[in-house]
Amino acid sequence: MSDTDLDKLPGGFKGMSEDIGSDQTTFKGVNWGKAMMWIFLLSDTFVFSCFLIAYMKVRASVVEPWPYPSEVFALEMMGVPVPLLLIAIMTFVLITSSGTMALAVKYGYEKNRKMCGWFVLLTAIGGLTFVGMQAFEWSKLIFHDGVRPWANPFGAEQFGAFFFMITGFHGTHVSIGVIFLFIFARKVFRGDFDTGKRGYFTTMKSDYVAIEILGLYWHFVDLVWVFIFAFFYLW
Amino acid sequence: MSDELNINKKRNNQIKTKSSATSGRGETDIDYVRPAELPEQDLYHGHSFITKWIFCQDAKVIGVQYTLTAVFTGVVGLILSWMMRMQLGFPELFPFLTAETYYQMVTMHGMIMVVYLLTALFLGGFGNYLIPLMVGARDMVFPYVNMISFWMFFVAVVVLMASFFVPGGPTGSGWTLYPPQAILEGTPGSGYGILLMLISLSLFVIGFTMGGLNYVITILQARTRGMSLMRMPLTIWGIFTATVLALLAFPALLVSSIMMTLDKVLETSFFMPTIIKAGEALSYDGGSPILFQHLFWFFGHPEVYIVALPAFGIVSDLISVHSRKNIFGYRMMVWAIVGIGALSFFVWAHHMYVSGMSPWFGFFFATTTLIIAVPTALKVYNWILTLWRGNIRINTVMLFCLGFIVTFVNGGITGIFLGNVAVDVPLSDTYFVIAHFHMVMGIAPLMVIFGAIYHWFPLVTGRLLDEKLGKWHFWITFLGAYSIYFPMHYLGFIGVPRRYFEMYDSPYMTSAVGMNEFISVAAFIVGAAQFIFFYNLVKSLRLGKPAGKNPWKANSLEWLTPDVPPTHGNWGEKLPVVHRWAYDYGVPGAKEDYITQTTPPSEVKDAEVEKT
Ligand code: HEM
Ligand SMILES: [Cu+2]
Repeated sequence: MSDTDLDKLPGGFKGMSEDIGSDQTTFKGVNWGKAMMWIFLLSDTFVFSCFLIAYMKVRASVVEPWPYPSEVFALEMMGVPVPLLLIAIMTFVLITSSGTMALAVKYGYEKNRKMCGWFVLLTAIGGLTFVGMQAFEWSKLIFHDGVRPWANPFGAEQFGAFFFMITGFHGTHVSIGVIFLFIFARKVFRGDFDTGKRGYFTTMKSDYVAIEILGLYWHFVDLVWVFIFAFFYLW
Repeated sequence: MSDELNINKKRNNQIKTKSSATSGRGETDIDYVRPAELPEQDLYHGHSFITKWIFCQDAKVIGVQYTLTAVFTGVVGLILSWMMRMQLGFPELFPFLTAETYYQMVTMHGMIMVVYLLTALFLGGFGNYLIPLMVGARDMVFPYVNMISFWMFFVAVVVLMASFFVPGGPTGSGWTLYPPQAILEGTPGSGYGILLMLISLSLFVIGFTMGGLNYVITILQARTRGMSLMRMPLTIWGIFTATVLALLAFPALLVSSIMMTLDKVLETSFFMPTIIKAGEALSYDGGSPILFQHLFWFFGHPEVYIVALPAFGIVSDLISVHSRKNIFGYRMMVWAIVGIGALSFFVWAHHMYVSGMSPWFGFFFATTTLIIAVPTALKVYNWILTLWRGNIRINTVMLFCLGFIVTFVNGGITGIFLGNVAVDVPLSDTYFVIAHFHMVMGIAPLMVIFGAIYHWFPLVTGRLLDEKLGKWHFWITFLGAYSIYFPMHYLGFIGVPRRYFEMYDSPYMTSAVGMNEFISVAAFIVGAAQFIFFYNLVKSLRLGKPAGKNPWKANSLEWLTPDVPPTHGNWGEKLPVVHRWAYDYGVPGAKEDYITQTTPPSEVKDAEVEKT
């Protein structure tokens, strides 16, 4: 395409083709770590997609009846079973923690050490609450309802297998996130990101952009949860 | 940091407009290159032996570590192939070669060769060594993560090798690991063997992801001044695209490994259908073995291109350098690599034609498979056209490149046979398939690896490999490999099944006996010839002819470092500045027959260089 052709295209296109055609960096002004996190998340999307597609395939083809989620995932409240109560709270908590994470990033870029630290900590606590509630849900399913990865009283045995595997894999992601959030909260409060202190392992300088990178991961984990929520609990 | 960069970007744009308006200086500066966008990379310099050579963060050392580990696994794979050929050529000569051990050897041989040798060598080995050098970076963007990547790979190899020593031995399920048989009693290694295999693969995927992210970001975000994407050597394009494929395909392998591990350990039934054994139902119920095949081949087919694309890229560069001509149709080559990469995600079920799928499904996948042949054939034409009227140096490197073209075309043509459902159904699971994939993804990429090692050994060690030994190595390997695999096409046609450890005296296969003996003898010779190569490596390392700077008179950046072999940080004081693509060979009007990427236009005013 000649330059004049490009000029006819709507706004961003010209800039995009210039960036891609240029030297040094393809995504202008994007920090290495941030670019790396995006690509990692793309790869991780494929992991979760494989899990969910496998789940859909098996759910569609098993002959035994699939358990009815509204009943399995109901909580007894004052004698009435309320469907999806716990899950609704879990989802709410996790999505809220995305909000606090966004604020942490904002304060990070404003170099507001205190506020940033508190919001990172708050996000970590949100994540921890989520994991705690998930542990509660698992133990209810296991000890109260007798659901096992290899069998369950409600029908198709793959129900338990997929449930534990996928929520477990997601929960592992959340837990890793929580651990990093706590570590980062400490680093923020200590002022590492202001002084550019070097990392213990990596020997690289700390920078507030790290908060944004962690934030990307955290939002991704939330987004995945939305899909798991839809496919497991609402289908 | 990102604010800073934005400001930088604005400033650059201003400078650009100023210089093109030729204000101030009277004349446009034809050597103009945009100023640096990025600050100097902060590198960790090791001081002790451990941080310099073992837990080293220098991509070049990591590349060598990857290469050596991968070659070690390759030797194990080679020895296994010897033992298999021993059994096939001369059945029952060795009583320890039972059917069970044969299955285990087939499996380990296949998995080692595909994943632990070729993938690790091309991406981990060549990728690490060449990417920073060829794009003009000081190192990978995250050297620490890169170091962990190698050690993950190392642990994966240790776990894999450990499976030879556990009770029951390694898994004997075939490298495709199809359930239900992979984890059912009766298959060799269905206990610890398969478990270790799955764990090792998972570790491999995790380790590779760490490295792969580094390769991608280094190529996208850490090129030197003047190095635009369309000036990168094709080696980098091949490795880049292959890495992207790997980052998107390995997830399917990881997921299927996790699910099969659970089927094995917790007796879940993801892949396991209802099974009656000796009149009794096993605890499995209602799973889908075909699901595994889909997941496996969604990884498995791109995997073929993960191995092939770096080979394509590297061979393009080798051919261009050693025939002193620019690569024919550079842009076409780039788009072909990217196009093949993208298409490779839509063909996986051509490995499943005999799994009982809907004919429409087969029709779709046959079509996509044949479409891939188009960009692939394009590349072959371009290699030939690059050689056409080139000033070809018939050295070992070039011989291996030519060997690659021949074996690759051969394997590609049989691929077209197998891509068609009606032809594949009778040929599937016969030696025709074995012949096909050994030609196209066994021998062809190996030819490139050998060529590449002869080409870049002087860069890594400062010494040239011995040409005479190299030529012996080439001719024995090339002719020998042909003697091994060419007859296998015939064996396939007469119906010899793959993965059988013995034909006994099936009367209709008598004509196969002599051929099998011949193939086996050839396999022993080819395997032994590799030791010429190892000897050459060791000998030349100490006694080889000193290579000096840029012994091949190449253009690309890796040959232009201030120190040879390059030291940590690659470029000494100043990063190189790039003015052109890497293929200005034999340019009319130029003083020499090559113009390096760093030569500014003002020095070659009279030469008719390509505009890049
Ligand atoms: C000296 C070179 C080699 C020899 C003599 C050799 C020989 C063999 C033999 C005899 C088999 C078993 C056939 C059967 O019983 O079904 C086999 C399988 C296989 N080989 Fe090779 N091979 C060599 C190199 C390679 C290389 C470089 C690769 C890398 C792609 C490779 C990949 C495979 C694969 C994937 C299988 C299938 C394993 C399975 O069926 O599970 N081989 N090879
Ligand atoms: Cu394929």
